[in-house]
Amino acid sequence: MPFLRIQEMSHDFGGLRAVHNYNLEIGLGQIRGLIGPNGAGKTTIFNLITGIYMPTEGEILLDGKKINGLQPHQIASMGVSRTFQNLLLWRHMTVVEHVKMAHYSKISYGLFGAFFGTSKRQREEAEIEEKAYTLLEMMGIRHLSDQVVLNLPYGAQRRVEMARALATEPKILLLDEPTAGMNPEELVQIMDIIRRAHGELGLAILLIEHRMKVVMELCEIIQTLDFGQVIAEGTPKEIQNDPKVIDAYLGKERPI
Amino acid sequence: MTFFFQNLVNALQWGSFYALVAVGYSMVYSILMLFNFAHGDIFMVGAYIGFGVSTALIALASSGAVVMPNWLILVLTILFSMFLTSFVGMIVERVGYRPLRDAPRASAAITGLMIGIILQTSTLALLGARRISFPSLIETTTYNVGGVFVTNKKIMIVLVSLLLALALHQFVRRTKWGMAMRAMAFDYATVPLMGVPLNTMVAVTFAIGSALAAAAGILFGVAYPVLDPYMGILIGWKAFVAAILGGRGSVMGATLAGFLLGFTEIFVVMIFPSTLRDLIAYSIILLILTFRPHGFFGEPYSARLRL
Repeated sequence: MPFLRIQEMSHDFGGLRAVHNYNLEIGLGQIRGLIGPNGAGKTTIFNLITGIYMPTEGEILLDGKKINGLQPHQIASMGVSRTFQNLLLWRHMTVVEHVKMAHYSKISYGLFGAFFGTSKRQREEAEIEEKAYTLLEMMGIRHLSDQVVLNLPYGAQRRVEMARALATEPKILLLDEPTAGMNPEELVQIMDIIRRAHGELGLAILLIEHRMKVVMELCEIIQTLDFGQVIAEGTPKEIQNDPKVIDAYLGKERPI
Repeated sequence: MTFFFQNLVNALQWGSFYALVAVGYSMVYSILMLFNFAHGDIFMVGAYIGFGVSTALIALASSGAVVMPNWLILVLTILFSMFLTSFVGMIVERVGYRPLRDAPRASAAITGLMIGIILQTSTLALLGARRISFPSLIETTTYNVGGVFVTNKKIMIVLVSLLLALALHQFVRRTKWGMAMRAMAFDYATVPLMGVPLNTMVAVTFAIGSALAAAAGILFGVAYPVLDPYMGILIGWKAFVAAILGGRGSVMGATLAGFLLGFTEIFVVMIFPSTLRDLIAYSIILLILTFRPHGFFGEPYSARLRL
């Protein structure tokens, strides 16, 4: 059974149907790609899955349980995590604080513990810090852990966002243009990180991406979206040669 | 010189009220980008609740059922009233602001003004227009420190305010709720994705702000023992000025700016006639804001993206 299953999902913004009868099945350990022109509804689908919007029609099933209508924090705690197209970081907080924040629901010491530094607090903090540092190590940003994210170069900020998303210990990861604005070197690094997240952690990954090289290399199956509808679905090879995709997104070769 | 120190002592007390109220404005702004214009009236409600609680406790003590010295009554009054007023804050948020969470900020600001008027007029309707005097719980003792007169009440007010400000600072720095609040100040949409319940965080923020306003209300009642339903308006506006001056969303800034406002008002009177107090004091603040529009600790304004 697929881990995330979306059935006939539609979403309206006022009179505009942004997503139309969208279907998706993705199992643990699978990477799916979502491509399409700007405004096709890709990010809206992410917002619908994470509970920021509520679908007008249709069902979203996570591990067999219906999640549409749940609050974002409830969906997050069921193992859904994401990154954003335009980095949404907490500018003046440090790298390690970003990762610690992801353990919010696992922190059980209360006011007393926080104010008087009980042994329970020390123990929990030590545990969280150890996990945080391990993750930052894997992302190659351990040496930046006490830096304020505002001061970091763009590529490093992207990795902080990825680390934060992974720190919630998700089962499915939604990546919204993870390579946007990256130079070729950073691109190779982030692809490596995505492969490791997939291989070592066995996550289901749904990837929105504009760089064809990245999508074609990472994804097993790709959906192409246009005006809120899936116009093609298939392997990278099939997608690349699909006339509808070429028409809507990849662009035709025109005789001059 | 003694004249200067005398004014310094007075300014510290006066600034305490502003600081405690300003922090509430700042906290709510930092997470919701919303100025809770009913906050001054929550200060007033807090003072009235303090009046009710202390009257009840005095009655309890004088009936002989429980033996309580007056200082204990005051401590219990502050704690109980902070607790009760925090619910007033949470109700205001639940009823007034939550339905407008995604509405334009101007609508929410106007809602705040209306809630303020509702709080004033319902206090008026419930308790009548007569002024109520806050029970005097501690005898005023005056100490003469090298020509400067310091009362035990002033010392108590300043110490309690500083203690509360410090406690809040620690709360924001050390607890998971504080960490979530700091994160929400920078980006509000991503925090729930970390498994943080947004509505709980907003309620906690309103509760803390209101509890601090209640503490300010009671301390105010101790210093100036006359309560009336409109007492929150002017303090509310001035504390709002302090919150802006401190930098929108900065707790530390709001505290310092609250004290600074107290100092400015008191020291203007040292030099100029007291009828010109607010005119000159707020012209100075206006001048500071002209050169530093984002306040002491605020970030220069940048459009924040919200989903």
